[in-house]
Amino acid sequence: MSLELKNVEKKVGIETHIHPTSIKLEKNTINVLLGSTLAGKTTLMQIMAGLDKPTSGEIWFNGKNVTGMKVQKRNCSMVYQQFINYPNYTVYENIASPLTITGVKNNEIKQRVGKVAELLKLSAMLNKKPDELSGGQQQRTALARALVKDSDLILLDEPLANLDFKLREELREELPKLFEDRDCIVVYATTEPSDALMIGGNTATLLEGKVIQYGKTLEVYNRPENLISAKVFSDPPMNIAEITKSGDNCKFTDNDVQWKSSAKIKDGTYKIGIRPHNITTYKEGNNSVEINGKVQISELSGSESLIHFTNGSLNWVSLSNGTQQKNVGEDTKLYMNTDEFLYFDQNNRLVNNG
Amino acid sequence: MNKTINQKAWYFVIPVFVLVAFNAAIPLMTVVNYSFQETFGNNVFAWEGTRWFKQILLSERFHASLGRQFAFTFIILLIQIPLGIAIALTMPKKGWGVPVCLILMSMPLLIPWNVVGAMWNIFALPDIGFLGHSLNAMGFDYNFTQQPGDAWLTTILMDVWHWTSLVVLLSYAGLNSIQPAYYQAAEIDGASRWATFRYIELPKMKKVLTLAILLRFMDSFMIYTEPFVLTGGGPGNTTAFLSIDLVKMALGQFDLGPAAAMSLIYFFIVLLVCWVFYNLMMKNEAQS
Repeated sequence: MSLELKNVEKKVGIETHIHPTSIKLEKNTINVLLGSTLAGKTTLMQIMAGLDKPTSGEIWFNGKNVTGMKVQKRNCSMVYQQFINYPNYTVYENIASPLTITGVKNNEIKQRVGKVAELLKLSAMLNKKPDELSGGQQQRTALARALVKDSDLILLDEPLANLDFKLREELREELPKLFEDRDCIVVYATTEPSDALMIGGNTATLLEGKVIQYGKTLEVYNRPENLISAKVFSDPPMNIAEITKSGDNCKFTDNDVQWKSSAKIKDGTYKIGIRPHNITTYKEGNNSVEINGKVQISELSGSESLIHFTNGSLNWVSLSNGTQQKNVGEDTKLYMNTDEFLYFDQNNRLVNNG
Repeated sequence: MNKTINQKAWYFVIPVFVLVAFNAAIPLMTVVNYSFQETFGNNVFAWEGTRWFKQILLSERFHASLGRQFAFTFIILLIQIPLGIAIALTMPKKGWGVPVCLILMSMPLLIPWNVVGAMWNIFALPDIGFLGHSLNAMGFDYNFTQQPGDAWLTTILMDVWHWTSLVVLLSYAGLNSIQPAYYQAAEIDGASRWATFRYIELPKMKKVLTLAILLRFMDSFMIYTEPFVLTGGGPGNTTAFLSIDLVKMALGQFDLGPAAAMSLIYFFIVLLVCWVFYNLMMKNEAQS
């Protein structure tokens, strides 16, 4: 089983929503589409589902060209950011709805709904109507509807975005397990890099209607092909600065901070990307280097501290563990873990690859 | 802690109090006053107790006009609600067609009621009106001033023309508030057009439809101006709905006592039907 997009392009009027995209999703995989709002995640999913036709290009499913085939004829299901359920059906009827329509026998429906309801912890509320449920339960119902069908393709369009933090964490942990033993392709759209890391599988980074990079999630995260992919897959935003390298010595263009680099790259000027968690208020790794900063913003989020600081013309974000209280305007020392630096050439391609 | 006692704030309530008193309470109480008494003018009143209420409730004339009123309201609801929904469903959801349709739809609602009556009167006149003349030319024996069936048909047509737009606009607003994702979900499930309407659109329109039915019920149940101008309640009494009959009794015959009793009964019927209807429609909402 596989889903393949071949040079799929989507234009609406003169605007291009999806630039020519080729991507192949394999059986039994979870694929995360990661990108900000308007990156084209939803459009891409609607094309995959058959809800929308591509302007050009082809969609192949299981070695068959399904371009232009109606959504009803494909075996797919979709879960949305909004909690979409039939308002005057009970939870049971909602979950059963895709089966009733296709004429599955009553006994089988009962058994399948029961199984899925248990999996999603809905057994106790099968007789309730959607608007009597909490947001989390409504979304579980929508998920159950998607699962009960045994679709070949399950599309999840930011399913956790409208849930509050606790419910989101809870459901996010459960999600990969739900799809573990299923014979299907799962596509999961999200704006949150942390969602992608938690879910694992494969990730495609998207920006402005283009797929920037597609591969195993950790690979895309650790070795982004280029600066754009790295930026998309970084939250808080990645710190970027220009450096010059001569021999083993590296130096920022804008200040005097120096370090030794073992990266096997030619001398010259590069851009480096530093993820916020690699700049900390304490030393980490064997090759950390000190940098002075003036605190601009200091935020505590649970067990982490976010410190925005400036150094000359650089304007950076650091993320440290624990509660590190800093005052605005304070001069402070931070440490950068140089082992984790990502070096990009003038064409924004990653050069210290592996 | 010592609270300062200052009752001057009550003065601010006075304007509302006076307004409501003159606007609602005093006229209503006058009617209540009339309904229990007999008067021959000159401000002379005689106590009659519940005589007028009994008389009205037992009178055939009242039964007949009440029956006509319910029949009329029932028929126009039966036509306007489904027709309104159907038109709303076919209206465009985006593009230049939206403002055009909305303006066209609002037109009939902007025309004063007596003008609507006059328009339809002239339109339907059997000798010179476009509708009346055409129908007769086509061989139909149509004359709304003389044949009760034709009078009813014309009155109903006029009301449908005048008020279906309201149902359309409300339904259209209800339909537009449904997120596109619902339609997609139904499409993915393989639901038919009818199932989409029955299980998504109709439940999502429930609140605006309740409102539309209530408004149309109240308005049509109290209809006066349009049939008064169109048929004047005739031919005979065949289109004399409750309010027309009431005005005849109060101003035509100057039977103030019975007319007041009838007003109150009328008022309670409207109140009762609305209350029952609203509670039935909102029963499910209250449970959740």
